[in-house]
Amino acid sequence: MNTKNISIALFAILTIAFTSCKKDETVNTAEKGTFALEFENQVNGAPLVLNNQNYTNLNGESFNISTFKYYVSNIKLTKTDGSIYAIPESYILMDAAKPSSLLNNLKDIPAGDYAKISFTIGVDKERNLAGAQTGALDPALGMFWTWNSGYIFVKFEGTSPQSTATDKSLTFHIGGIVDPNNTIRTFSSDFSTGNPLRIRADKNPQVHFVVNAGSLFKGKQKISFANLNFTMGGANSVIVADNYVNGLFEFEHIHN
Amino acid sequence: MRHLKIYLILIASMGMLYACSKTEIVKPQTEEIRFVVPSNFPDAVYKFDGNILTNNGFALGKKLFYDARLSADKSISCGSCHQQFAGFANLDHKVSHGVNNCLGKRNAPVLFNLAWQREFFWDGGAKNLEIVPINAITDICEMGSDLNTIVTFLNNTAPYPSLFKDAFGSATINSQNLLKALTQFTAAMVSANSKYDKVMRKETVFNPEEQQGYQLFKDKCANCHTEPLFTNLNYINNGLDLNSVDEGRKTITGLVSDKAKFRVPTLRNIELSSPYMHDGRFNTLEKVLEHYNVGVQANENLDVSLSKDSQLGIPLSNIQKQQIISFLKTLTDDEFIKNKIFSEN
Repeated sequence: MNTKNISIALFAILTIAFTSCKKDETVNTAEKGTFALEFENQVNGAPLVLNNQNYTNLNGESFNISTFKYYVSNIKLTKTDGSIYAIPESYILMDAAKPSSLLNNLKDIPAGDYAKISFTIGVDKERNLAGAQTGALDPALGMFWTWNSGYIFVKFEGTSPQSTATDKSLTFHIGGIVDPNNTIRTFSSDFSTGNPLRIRADKNPQVHFVVNAGSLFKGKQKISFANLNFTMGGANSVIVADNYVNGLFEFEHIHN
Repeated sequence: MRHLKIYLILIASMGMLYACSKTEIVKPQTEEIRFVVPSNFPDAVYKFDGNILTNNGFALGKKLFYDARLSADKSISCGSCHQQFAGFANLDHKVSHGVNNCLGKRNAPVLFNLAWQREFFWDGGAKNLEIVPINAITDICEMGSDLNTIVTFLNNTAPYPSLFKDAFGSATINSQNLLKALTQFTAAMVSANSKYDKVMRKETVFNPEEQQGYQLFKDKCANCHTEPLFTNLNYINNGLDLNSVDEGRKTITGLVSDKAKFRVPTLRNIELSSPYMHDGRFNTLEKVLEHYNVGVQANENLDVSLSKDSQLGIPLSNIQKQQIISFLKTLTDDEFIKNKIFSEN
């Protein structure tokens, strides 16, 4: 233990000494680093638990959740000097049923201090129209419509006693790229002023987001499951997307 | 130089058997598969970008196309409903007949010249050729399976891993390579060697009846069935019903103005690909032409070309119908229909 602590301390001192040797405290931009995007699923402040947990929407209607999956893509980071780095091929799929999917390491990011993040909620138009994809965009992941081809950006399924659908089900499959029913939305958030995202070769900071599944049903338009309990693209999906654009993601903190 | 001549050139290197180091028997692919835009065709939409056409990829795609084990009950392959002798449509079937004796909703379309199509299916719902097969694979009334099941099956079934390795450099099979292989096979299907094409290339001439039919066709049909693909690739209502059960293109766009509109089908190989229309309601070309002659209904979205001068349809005399049918038969491409490189065996 002692040896380890000493070596860490020594390493830290050497690192400080080394960096201080460089011209002022500029970061070596040739350096590349990694950071983690962590998503914590909640429902209006309560932890999201699949299947057995009951939640209530603003109309007092009870519901539970069996599926909650969403795409984040085209992640861009803005440095404190205003320059923007677009992370290539950044397509990630979060699935509440797969805890490991909620923590994503993004590699080869140029070193620097970043003050802002933005990303697409869903998948850009080009990839919706492209040929067979793999990785997070593999159509076998159940987030691809075949009959009207394109990606499901946000998939929410569950039940509510107030649902008028068979089996009291709730089916909210949000997607579509053609106006007026385009549901591609972008989200951006500043990080805390005093604590930018510090990308360095020897660090692995974490950016923590809270993701509110309850945001689908409130915001611009309060949704009652008695009136709307099924959408797979189209005008009703736009209502949901306009709801979650400002409430689905909330920047929480950074561990540098 | 804009259009390269000839379509699928087969450079036969018969007798030069593929050196095969694998232990299993793999049928040697002895012709070089190439995709070339016919001289009388526009540029292709699908250009094999990111999916370079190779002998191995094509042969693998063909094997997958004809493999019934990909369906839920191992009874239906792509080739079951897309038969080469019917222009890769489904002869005598109004709608697809899938696993568990389930009947689909629409008539199986012909498969050829797909590389010139931007959208697929009667309603244009599929927007890239590579993802088209997923629909048939997963539809409960077609093959009734799912991509994960098929990928697992292929990864565990010789000789597929080695065939994928030969085609794509990796023996690990995923849905992307599965779909790319199928696309190499289907996109390479080019039908452009009918008598019509030979006439256009001045290699032969129409007989008088065909020639009269061609003139009539250009006058009365080519507005939608535009040469050389014999479709303008648009969605129209052709007056089949006053009120259509199938909402057609509206299913995709949500627009009331698209209700009961369907993609204009190509007329190439039409002689062989009966029955006709999205629901296969007509089993002969005579019945199709009789529909345009006297059967057109005043659907709210009826195409303007079918209600000219406040008259519904396209008036045709019996002689004119016969002449048009004679012309339509010049669109049959026997070389394509009988081309062994697309055949199961």
